[in-house]
Amino acid sequence: METKPKKTFRCDIAFDECKGCSRCVEACPRSLLKLGDAINMMGFPAAVYAGEGCIGCGACYYSCPEPGAITIVEITED
Amino acid sequence: MSEKIKLGRPAGFFDVFERRPGAIKKNMHYCPGCGHGVLHKLIAEAIADLGITHRVVLAAPVGCAVFAYYYFKCRSIQCAHGRAPAVATGLTRSNPDDVIISYQGDGDLASIGFNHILQAANRGENMTVFFVNNAIYGMTGGQMAPTTLPGQKTQTSPLGRDVLETGYPIRVCEMISQFDAPVYVERCALTSFKNIMAARRAVRKALQNSMDKKGFSLVEFLSGCPVNLKMNAHDMSEFIETKMTKFFPLGVYLDRAAEREPIVRAEMNYDADKIKSLLYPEEIQSELGDYKCSSPVFDKECRVKISGFGGQGVLSLGYILAILGKQRNFNVSWLPSYGPEMRGGTANCSVVFSKSHIGSPEAAENCDMLVCMNQPSVEKFLPILKAGGVLVYDSSTVKLPEGAAKDHYVYGLPASDLANHLGDLRAANTVMLGAIAAVMADNFLDDADKANLDTAMIEAVREMFAKKAKAADINIEAYKTGKEKIEFKSVPKA
Ligand SMILES: Cc1ncc(C[n+]2csc(CCOP(=O)(O)OP(=O)(O)O)c2C)c(N)n1
Ligand code: SF4
Ligand code: SF4
Ligand code: SF4
Ligand SMILES: [Mg+2]
Repeated sequence: METKPKKTFRCDIAFDECKGCSRCVEACPRSLLKLGDAINMMGFPAAVYAGEGCIGCGACYYSCPEPGAITIVEITED
Repeated sequence: MSEKIKLGRPAGFFDVFERRPGAIKKNMHYCPGCGHGVLHKLIAEAIADLGITHRVVLAAPVGCAVFAYYYFKCRSIQCAHGRAPAVATGLTRSNPDDVIISYQGDGDLASIGFNHILQAANRGENMTVFFVNNAIYGMTGGQMAPTTLPGQKTQTSPLGRDVLETGYPIRVCEMISQFDAPVYVERCALTSFKNIMAARRAVRKALQNSMDKKGFSLVEFLSGCPVNLKMNAHDMSEFIETKMTKFFPLGVYLDRAAEREPIVRAEMNYDADKIKSLLYPEEIQSELGDYKCSSPVFDKECRVKISGFGGQGVLSLGYILAILGKQRNFNVSWLPSYGPEMRGGTANCSVVFSKSHIGSPEAAENCDMLVCMNQPSVEKFLPILKAGGVLVYDSSTVKLPEGAAKDHYVYGLPASDLANHLGDLRAANTVMLGAIAAVMADNFLDDADKANLDTAMIEAVREMFAKKAKAADINIEAYKTGKEKIEFKSVPKA
């Protein structure tokens, strides 16, 4: 039986493009984001992704005011 | 295993913000958590997805979004405070195929430039207005905005907005949707994912309307200014969703683009020569070259008052004299004065000639010549005619009272009757011009000026009636009649 290729998602955060505003943290329905301890070149504590569990919903992406701080990557396993 | 970017930096942004000064070239200048950034992303994504980056012109405001033109991959103009809708009007009228965005804050749109947005909306200009309502003047450090909530503390309402003193928040969507012209008005909130997705749809819908030339669309975004409101991300969204939406309910206020035909306006005329020829009548080549009058009377101010009923052409009569002065290289001023009515009321003008300076353009006293075309003018202006000055009057409408003008040279002729005989009552003023010429020759001019007077007067009439050759001919005939028929009445008695 044919099975659809399995899709997973990942939330990449560009460390130096995040302003640490927490909007993505508030938005993620699965609570996969939090502000990290490291301070970036703009002086903000950048958000970090838990590492797995992202459903690619885009809530964090559209909540984020920064152009390129968040990238949602779609991974197709063959 | 393969990877692809599902959501990444929107293609409607420049990859690198070269226009932004300083070292940070990937981020915008907004504070952390600012609603402007959220909306900018929606716009950048939409103009790329709709394939219109080459068609969009962004009119940027004064406010925190003043530098919006650093970021979008489109043409932009930064406008004076509140005037983006006026600039956008010019843009859409001159380039109707472009997609025009007027991006404005609440201070910009609903305070300093409020009339501009209302008029643009009421005209149904083909534009998209993105209106960021953050209930505050963000850029200047948190002063009260027209949209600040009752009781909300700001720098300029430290005890909370007092509606008795400063009124209530202004509801822009509700107002704009009362007009007949706009096609689409919606209020969104840049808060939860669900609300942001509604805002995303609204952005696209408004832009689609502009692409389709359907007219005026406005989307208001309740938006966070977490820095000035001193709130974290959570509290900011909660404030908007619980407090702001009470005054500013979310939803679609107007959506009738589907019923409307695309706007087609008259084509703009960019023919510079044509415009020039409309604005500036052709210079007449003078037979007299650059002949300048030599009579000493013009060495200082020569002041003429011309008065009559509105509709008798007293203003144009003065204007012809002013043209004469201009053509003969005098300094000359022409100052009309008339009541609000077009016809029937009284009208007068002052003409002042001088080879030297002109002090006041108003001939208020010490006039050298008074031209009266109706009875009230005599009564009103005889007192400002200097002793030894010249009175010229239309004897078909004026009866000079017994003993009047005894200190003056007096001339009269039935200008209105003569014009009527010539077949055009409207030429009474140029009959009067002929009379004035004769009187000037008698009283003011030296021989050289007398010899050139007719040519000079006729050239002035021709310039006045440039492009109306027939009217010019009638008026030149009227001039000649007036000059011939003028009657000398009396000299000063003293
Ligand atoms: C003619 C003029 N008046 C006043 C100002 C000062 N000023 C700059 S921004 C601003 C208010 C902006 O508020 P808003 O439109 O709400 O924009 P925000 O920064 O909140 O996005 C004012 C009054 C100015 N720059 N120009
Ligand atoms: S895409 Fe959705 S699930 Fe994934 S991190 Fe962002 S908000 Fe969370
Ligand atoms: S929303 Fe964007 S800027 Fe804010 S913390 Fe998350 S990634 Fe950083
Ligand atoms: S002051 Fe407010 S509106 Fe302005 S950039 Fe900062 S958060 Fe945004
Ligand atoms: Mg504001």
